[in-house]
Amino acid sequence: MSDDGPQGDQPQSLLALRGVTKRFGPVQALDDVWLDINAGEVLALVGDNGAGKSTLVKVISGIYAADRAAVWFDGRPVSLGNPTAATRLGIATVYQDLALCDNLDVVENLFLGREERSPLGVVTRGLDETKMEQRSHELLSNLAVTIPSVRSEVGTLSGGQRQQVAVARSLLGEPKVVILDEPTAALGVAQTAQVLALVKRLREQGLGVLMISHNLADVFEVADRVVVLRLGKVAGVYSVRDTTQEEIVGAITGAEFGRNQGNGGPTEVPA
Amino acid sequence: MSTAPAEVTAPLPDDTSADSPAQQNIFRRILQGDLASVRVIFGLIVIWAIFQIANDHFLTAINLTNLFLQITAVGLISVGVVFVLLLGEIDLSIGAVSGLCAAIVAVLNVKHGWAPIPAIAVGIIAGMIIGFVQGSLFTGFGIPSFVVTLAGLLAWQGALLWVLGDTGTINITDNSLVGLANTFYSSTVGWIVAVLVIALYAGTSIFRYVRRSTVGLGGGQDIVPIIVRIVLVTVAIIAAIAILNSNRGLPLAIIVLIAFVAGGEYVATRTAFGRHIFAVGGNAEAARRAGISVHRIRIAVFAISGTMSAIGGIFAASRLLAVNQSSGGSDLLLLAIAGPVIAGTSLFGGRGSVWSALLGALVIGSISNGMDLLALDSSVKFMVTGAVLLAAVIVDAVARRSRQAAGRV
Repeated sequence: MSDDGPQGDQPQSLLALRGVTKRFGPVQALDDVWLDINAGEVLALVGDNGAGKSTLVKVISGIYAADRAAVWFDGRPVSLGNPTAATRLGIATVYQDLALCDNLDVVENLFLGREERSPLGVVTRGLDETKMEQRSHELLSNLAVTIPSVRSEVGTLSGGQRQQVAVARSLLGEPKVVILDEPTAALGVAQTAQVLALVKRLREQGLGVLMISHNLADVFEVADRVVVLRLGKVAGVYSVRDTTQEEIVGAITGAEFGRNQGNGGPTEVPA
Repeated sequence: MSTAPAEVTAPLPDDTSADSPAQQNIFRRILQGDLASVRVIFGLIVIWAIFQIANDHFLTAINLTNLFLQITAVGLISVGVVFVLLLGEIDLSIGAVSGLCAAIVAVLNVKHGWAPIPAIAVGIIAGMIIGFVQGSLFTGFGIPSFVVTLAGLLAWQGALLWVLGDTGTINITDNSLVGLANTFYSSTVGWIVAVLVIALYAGTSIFRYVRRSTVGLGGGQDIVPIIVRIVLVTVAIIAAIAILNSNRGLPLAIIVLIAFVAGGEYVATRTAFGRHIFAVGGNAEAARRAGISVHRIRIAVFAISGTMSAIGGIFAASRLLAVNQSSGGSDLLLLAIAGPVIAGTSLFGGRGSVWSALLGALVIGSISNGMDLLALDSSVKFMVTGAVLLAAVIVDAVARRSRQAAGRV
């Protein structure tokens, strides 16, 4: 467990956040949060409800502007002012609700909002379905995603397949960091395994993955490191190899007071 | 799964494993609305058979030509309605807008002596602006489209009376305006059009197939349904032209209607704009997050609806040879919305086809025409049309529920 956050002013990680603070009226949602995501690493973000996970994700993906934050991407100081800025940097986010159109097929969903024009598209405004379908095949085979057909309506797919399609779509913009919000929530055992396998493949492809999860079994299966948020503060960063689920649960709930950062203290009652 | 080798690929579309269960369950797919047009064509055949048995004048060339002419105006308006329905919205102003825009054209032409083409252009632009304004009010203030266009329905009816002025009725005598609904082309022209349309359809189908094959998508199996479809389309076009030619010839109105339907279908299914309409109708939030300007799409669709209403209204006026205070009133609005719904475009948004504008208009037109032949009272006509609409909406709702039961939305 690294205690007081990293020191030094030039973080070497792919995405580094320091001193992220966000307040909603009287509620201190994030308080001096720091985070490092490395390339080829799965970083799990865990915490109780209301710990600030969602707020942090929205800050990273540019939806919320933090009151105060220092951000480095690839060693350069950057700002995450809006979703487009985050996307341009190479940060892709897959939200829990997936944001897929059930009435469209897989190819249509993958390329929604970035359709390929046909060669005569300037005149005819036509789409290049062939090219999109071909690229969909490449993308999904690279990720070993199994779906009945790329022309299946997304509404006909299982939850795990839908999650995989949503992840695949986020990769079309060739991001460097992928944020997955509860990717295995509401999935069965087999489907969870599929999605976790996909997360591992993202890591093999050298992406930095930030995975928000409630499920510690999933976290321990795929994550390299775990960041615990509690009441808007970083309650600890653990290497999965050197920790146990009990220790993480302790950090989430604040049950092991000695493990606290000292700035919250034992007086705080878990929400 | 975690041990799956990376070379495991997503199945190609020529993988028949995806198709064979679907073929076995073709009945279920019809039920779920995937094959809505097959359902409607089947229904149309039944309707035609019933009326032909009841009155053997129904399937004559002269009556079928009349039928096509009767459905042109409502079919054109329905093309716009389909786009609105795909968004999951409704436009109740279409009838009033069609009457108003036809009145504008007639007044400009008859009272102010404008040439027909500028008069028509002003009428169509007026429809587009009305749609644009209604769409902007709907998106800008977040008022339900139902209410915005209901207000429009009342307001544009008032505007119609105002534009017509004291006379109340304006008779159209200009040859070009009258010609819109009353021009028939010779047999030769009919056959040339038939050949061109068939060549265009077959050409694009085959081009698409070849292109897919060369990049390795789709296998040999895909060619059979394509050829079957080309043959069916060819037979249908040749039959239609033969029937029309044996009477007065190919009407301009039908060419216009089918051109708008085919063009609308192209926009809806082959362009990014159309894809985005489906996306907004299916899941507006997902569309927004994909970077689609949901507001722009909605406003554009209402502008299309206003434009098509104007065009339909102008054809209705041309057929009636007049614009009067009841133009665009009566059941026009309801029939123009009922048609696409009967033919499988969902009221819930995100599902449908522009062809449903044509097929739906044909179904409603056939019922109306057939009952006229049987000299049935209009009370019966309305009740039967109402029953058909209700039946179609029930089928739509059942299809939707059946999709949901199958885990789809």
